[in-house]
Amino acid sequence: MKTHPTSATFPSNASTALADPILQRALGNLKKGFPVKRAEVVADLPEFEALRDVARDIKDHTLNHLDAYLEIYEANVVQSGGQVHWARTAEEACETVMTICRDAGARIVTKGKSMVAEEIGLNNYLDTRGIERVETDLGEYIIQLRDEPPSHIIVPAVHVTKEQIGETFRAAHDGLDPNRDLTEPRDITDEARDRLRQKYFAAEVGITGANFLVAENGSSIIVTNEGNGDLTQTLAKVHIVVASLEKLVPTMEDAIAVLRLLARSSTGQEFSVYTTVSNGPKRPADLDGPEAYHVVLVDNGRTAMLGTENQDMLRCIRCAACMNHCPVYGAVGGHAYGWVYPGPMGAVLTPSLIGIENSGHLPHASTFCGHCEQVCPMKIPLTKMMRHYRNRAYASGHGSKIGRIALGAWSYLAARPALYRWVTKIAARGLGWFAGRRGSLSRVPLAGGWTEMRDLPAPEGETFMERYDRESRRKPRQEPRQEPQSGLGQ
Amino acid sequence: MSETHRQAAERPPIKVGLFVTCLVDLFRPSVGFAALELLEQAGCVVEAPAGQTCCGQPAYNSGDPKAARAVAQGLLDTFEGYDYVVAPSGSCAGMIRYHLVELFADDPEKQHRARHLGARTHELVSFLVDILGVTALSARFEGVVAYHDSCSGLRELDIKTQPRRLLAGVEGLVLKELKEPEVCCGFGGTFCVKYPQISDAMVSNKLRDIEDAGAGTVLAGDLGCLMNMAGKASRSGSKVEFRHIAEVLAGTDGTPAIGRPNR
Amino acid sequence: MSAAREQILSGIRKSLGRGPLDETGMAPIRQRLQAPSRHIIPARVNLDAEGLVALFISKAKGVSASVDEVADMAAAPQAVARYLIKENLPARLVQAPGLADMDWSVAPTIEVRSGLAEEPDEVGLTPAVAGVAETGTLLLASGPETPTTLNFVPATHIVVLRRDQIVGPYEDAWDHLRANAEAAGSQPRAANFITGPSRTGDIEQKIEIGVHGPLRLHIVIVER
Repeated sequence: MKTHPTSATFPSNASTALADPILQRALGNLKKGFPVKRAEVVADLPEFEALRDVARDIKDHTLNHLDAYLEIYEANVVQSGGQVHWARTAEEACETVMTICRDAGARIVTKGKSMVAEEIGLNNYLDTRGIERVETDLGEYIIQLRDEPPSHIIVPAVHVTKEQIGETFRAAHDGLDPNRDLTEPRDITDEARDRLRQKYFAAEVGITGANFLVAENGSSIIVTNEGNGDLTQTLAKVHIVVASLEKLVPTMEDAIAVLRLLARSSTGQEFSVYTTVSNGPKRPADLDGPEAYHVVLVDNGRTAMLGTENQDMLRCIRCAACMNHCPVYGAVGGHAYGWVYPGPMGAVLTPSLIGIENSGHLPHASTFCGHCEQVCPMKIPLTKMMRHYRNRAYASGHGSKIGRIALGAWSYLAARPALYRWVTKIAARGLGWFAGRRGSLSRVPLAGGWTEMRDLPAPEGETFMERYDRESRRKPRQEPRQEPQSGLGQ
Repeated sequence: MSETHRQAAERPPIKVGLFVTCLVDLFRPSVGFAALELLEQAGCVVEAPAGQTCCGQPAYNSGDPKAARAVAQGLLDTFEGYDYVVAPSGSCAGMIRYHLVELFADDPEKQHRARHLGARTHELVSFLVDILGVTALSARFEGVVAYHDSCSGLRELDIKTQPRRLLAGVEGLVLKELKEPEVCCGFGGTFCVKYPQISDAMVSNKLRDIEDAGAGTVLAGDLGCLMNMAGKASRSGSKVEFRHIAEVLAGTDGTPAIGRPNR
Repeated sequence: MSAAREQILSGIRKSLGRGPLDETGMAPIRQRLQAPSRHIIPARVNLDAEGLVALFISKAKGVSASVDEVADMAAAPQAVARYLIKENLPARLVQAPGLADMDWSVAPTIEVRSGLAEEPDEVGLTPAVAGVAETGTLLLASGPETPTTLNFVPATHIVVLRRDQIVGPYEDAWDHLRANAEAAGSQPRAANFITGPSRTGDIEQKIEIGVHGPLRLHIVIVER
């Protein structure tokens, strides 16, 4: 499995993605699915917009007092019989998980979907240390069998078609009739259910992520639809929660307010099927549940984002609304972004976590259409944050040389109106002449980025200001007409 | 069409500074004149001050705030003294309205001026409808038309109903909605030259949506988006025509459509 | 405790440009935790008891749960039996020990075991803490009387819910759980908000009901 970032080669990743008809079909499904359902359920909750402000304020408050809430959270986990492990880096987090697995004598580890686990490279870490890791989320299971990284943060196998999944299952699941029917999602789902059942019961350790950590009671909350997370954490002897610091909220009331936004923004459900609040290991009289409960708190760059222009990104609840609505994500899919987090949230988070020098394209790969911000339940100013990264990239001299020169020349001119007039006049004339009667140009020197894909509509030949000056000299435009053509209301 | 002119006689006429935008200045002056016409029709005294160039957005969005400030400084000076500043572009109006303030964050005096300028700046169609209260225009246009919502206008300035309201009153015009009128066309300023292939995929989708809607003409409020879509249509041999909405509303659509040959 | 812990906490404070919070700084935090206040509650739950039950039922059905209503607990076993026959399920179930007072003599064909669920148990029967009308959601809590495996392992999950347990928003349901926990002296290990049977859209965005968790969720609402 690829764990090192390929974000630096975003343009060629994108080309590959654009030329992949299977991927393009899958992305087409995505566009028609989630945004439509989201719009329906949002329209059905008049309080949605006001809740976005509430949710933003909850997270801002928590982040501004994160140290205090973390300490209270930890004390409450301990009180309910669990343990908290602090990890500064990805490596430290993986080591901690591995140590717990070793102490539990783990051979089989079941795992629910967790983006932070992807981020810290936990999968590879466990796989190379003799652990049989079983992904239990259907999408994650599919891409585990295909040895691929996820391409979306809530539907990790969105890029794979059912035909491909059928082939993958046939190759991976032995002991079954090789000619069995795997054409429909139902057949595939049933086979996965059967296969994974045995694993849940056999696993010594179950690993999940967390959508929220609640300071008030030391609980972790996961939000799922399949029930795999619950089986993972209930049936294994040890439950490990891997969660990044910013998952914290003060109270259940706070969590509930954000939960009202999460599923709606994400899959377009009013509420996910399972919202599970986990609190420590099984109680002495309980009949089931894990015997031990561990939380691995992952920093991995978060504390450095606090107090900076990147702090707002720590409000993110990983709902994926931004990528579901992003026309760039919709064109190239998640793998093109080259690391764990794709789409607009990835364009901001990736440079924060792996450095702008490794991901310089991502904040530029946006038209700033603003759809992501419009749908972000946490009101994260994504375009503004991408612009910050563009500023940083520009200041440190990244980007294409020709682009910088062209932009510099344009800005130089635009700050000098008289010179600007003169140059634009010549340009309008020149391009207009060059185009003749055709109206469009199919090739223009230095404009290859434009004309590679489309024609350049030709200028009319005279600039506005030129013609305006000419006409104003002839007919002074001072007085308003006596008989206005428009109806002026109040 | 019956119109009433209820501007109080004693009130001095509204003085508007027209910011035509750099693209209109260079590529399609007729949009600027259409805007002028519409504003004058509505009773405004309009000037297009000579000092204007660009709003600074190319530099601002490319990570060069210093250059953007130098360009925007010109706006602060040029458009002082007008009741309103109006641009036939949601993107440039949005830049002036909301982003100059951020650009001058470190300079309280200029930031104050930027805030003052921003508060007076509007996109053309929303200015006509929301500020001047224009409800109908005596325009004619024969054809099936789709309106594309340019992103900045839609999301920064809330321009959605205003153009449709005015278009509904244009004689002969049949308005068809695209399936995805709010999806970006792939222009994105420098995006379209930095990532031409992605931009191409996006504009191709847009063109497909337009063709499916059966529109013969697409209107929008931003020349950047229009040039992108028209350029793609021209390259791919599509018959669809593209015009700025001001051309149709002002009835100055005698000019060939964007990127179309002179007849 | 650990070096990592200290470094993370001091890193947070450094980034936020301050030291540890003093008593004055901690006061609003303590206040928030001691008396958690609710945020915006959707107006859709501003209904009388009758209205909440109707909303709960329609929302639950909207997420592919099935609902039955019976007059009293004595009628619940027959309702369960009816459902098993209708769905062509085996007449065999595991029930939560907390439902021990259900009188199965009225449905003698059903084989009932009490305890946790294991493979290959096919039907689990449990009580609930509350029903949330807002989205047709059930709240279940783990405990010696209510093992969590019953909610997830069997392919069919049947929940007996008293009508007076149906509340408007999630917050009301959580208050019930808080009150129970306070009375018991400890919180439950797991609290499950359940909204319909398990589902996935992981294959080409096509919704399939029934993945790892139950394929069927049946709710028997008991009048009194």
